[in-house]
Amino acid sequence: MTDKEYWKANIRLLIILLSIWFMIWFGFGIILSDFLDEFSIGGFKLGFWFAQQGSIYGFVILIFVYVFAMNRIEKKLKDNKEDKN
Amino acid sequence: MSAQALTYLFVGLSFTLYIGIAIWSRAESTNDFYVAGKGVNPVANGMATAADWMSASSFISMAGLISFLGKDGAVYLMGWTGGYVLLALLLAPYLRKFGQYTVPDFIGTRYYSKTARLVAVLCLIFISFTYVAGQMRGVGIVFSRFLEVEINIGVIIGMIVVFFYAVLGGMKGITYTQVAQYCVMIFAYLVPAIFISILITGNPIPQLGFGDTLVNSSTYLLDKLDQLSIDLGFNAYTESTKSNIDIFCITAALMFGTAGLPHVIVRFFTVPKVSDARKSAGYALICIAILYTTAPAVAAFSRVNFIESIQEKSYLDSPDWFKNWENIGLIAWKDKNEDGLINYSVGKAFEEGRPDYLDSRGPQGEREIKNPITKNNDNEVYIDQDIMVLANPEIAKLPAWVMALVAAGGLAAALSTAAGLLLVISSSISHDLLKKTFMPKINEKQELFYARCSAAIAIFIAGLFGIYPPGFVAQVVAFAFGLAASTIFPAIFLGIFFKRLNKEGAIFGMLGGLLFTSSYIIFFKFISPELNNPENWLFGISPEGIGFLGMFVNFVIAVFVSALTAKPPIEVEQMVDKIRLP
Repeated sequence: MTDKEYWKANIRLLIILLSIWFMIWFGFGIILSDFLDEFSIGGFKLGFWFAQQGSIYGFVILIFVYVFAMNRIEKKLKDNKEDKN
Repeated sequence: MSAQALTYLFVGLSFTLYIGIAIWSRAESTNDFYVAGKGVNPVANGMATAADWMSASSFISMAGLISFLGKDGAVYLMGWTGGYVLLALLLAPYLRKFGQYTVPDFIGTRYYSKTARLVAVLCLIFISFTYVAGQMRGVGIVFSRFLEVEINIGVIIGMIVVFFYAVLGGMKGITYTQVAQYCVMIFAYLVPAIFISILITGNPIPQLGFGDTLVNSSTYLLDKLDQLSIDLGFNAYTESTKSNIDIFCITAALMFGTAGLPHVIVRFFTVPKVSDARKSAGYALICIAILYTTAPAVAAFSRVNFIESIQEKSYLDSPDWFKNWENIGLIAWKDKNEDGLINYSVGKAFEEGRPDYLDSRGPQGEREIKNPITKNNDNEVYIDQDIMVLANPEIAKLPAWVMALVAAGGLAAALSTAAGLLLVISSSISHDLLKKTFMPKINEKQELFYARCSAAIAIFIAGLFGIYPPGFVAQVVAFAFGLAASTIFPAIFLGIFFKRLNKEGAIFGMLGGLLFTSSYIIFFKFISPELNNPENWLFGISPEGIGFLGMFVNFVIAVFVSALTAKPPIEVEQMVDKIRLP
């Protein structure tokens, strides 16, 4: 992997993850919230649960997916540089 | 032991711990003082970031705010956690790669301009002092209620402790005390939450408990809360009342603002590697999420407990906490219908905001107030939202040591954030203003000396804010986030992802964002507060959410001005290429 490919892979990953990020808080947390409220898990209406709990769990998972994916991309870049040497 | 003796013990022990750590981790160089020698383990940095970030308002005020807002409280929960995703993905790793000391450092170097650096310093100082003022008020409240000392003495004690570890230890001392403060704070938040969750629902995990059924009943807690709220004339707790566009903009402004707060960003300068910066943001958010997912549970529990323990009780039989907080000045009761019972319902009990107490007592022994009574509702109770977390253990009748713990936790939250803020203020003065702009000839030893001096002066000013609290603190919090979102975040983000951006674009962008956001907030909060309602807002966006629009103003101006002026020099493009690689 060249430096350019590395940056491209990075941007692609960012676009995917930020779309999910946006979906989590704007989609489930705000716009779809009233619709989701028609379903419930336990005593929570789903929309309410997403706005006050679920979205936060989603953000945590998202960052760790990013850490994991970036470490893989970074490793590819490193392996490539070592091959050249 | 009495509750007060226990509180002295807990607070005293925690303060001794902080000072001990400060002496153990003294800073020897500017590298130590500004970025803790870049040797902080990512897990420790995650905990320190969490303590740095979670202030008196997260610990003391947030759950109270949510318990009065219901579902709409989610703007704070999502807004103050979602920003970490932006921080981890868009800023932290690149800034760590850049490897300098402060946020204005990056802006000054990337935009090859002293003017850009100065604009950044200006925004940073304004944001940070706004924030510090709130922390010192938190310290004052905790001291006056739990230790029964004068607020002023409380603030001075707090100043001395912060002085010790911030001036001696710099970033290094702050980092390790923040790790300890995180542990104190999270323990102090969880213990009462778990207790109350067990008492109300029988479920020991608060995050699950507030979706569970009540003890000895098949009714869900939230259904009961909806019912109670409707009976008193409020909206159902689990339903939203704000418009979607406003909720969207407030949440977004808080997220981009969080990602642009200098004292949070600078924490990611302290880890050894770029990959550590990413990991560390993840650990930070886990540490934060533990408190942030507990807060809405605490909000729901305390709302139920609060209503049930006072509604239609006679003042004479009302619980001790009600009278204690009345004496502090954060609760007031006016017997409008003269039945001797406390009637709590929707609406303001009296005009003119805060209660203005007379020296006399009413027929039941309640404190009398000067404020004119409102005629259009039956509510008789004024309650300051800030007391919900602090009073919660008392309302739920928990043992005295739990209250002592909460006091120590509240102080840990306020002091850890204050120290982080004071550090970015002092390093931007000694490093960016003096070393890099006005006194380039000073050597490292002198720079370290100036850094310590400016930390001391900043603590002194912060203390003054605590002793003479400016009346506008609550209004200016929107300011801090709005400015961070419309100046610092775009400048750093574009600096990394948009190579063509030159110094003219960045400077005009920051100034444009600053001007737009601050004039909107100043207009609605200070000049014409009577117009501050959805009909007059631009696109229905409240001053709290305007920072998000300000960010776009910044983007548009920056890109447009850049397109009309010369390309940035080749060295700058090379520097951007370099920070993009791990």
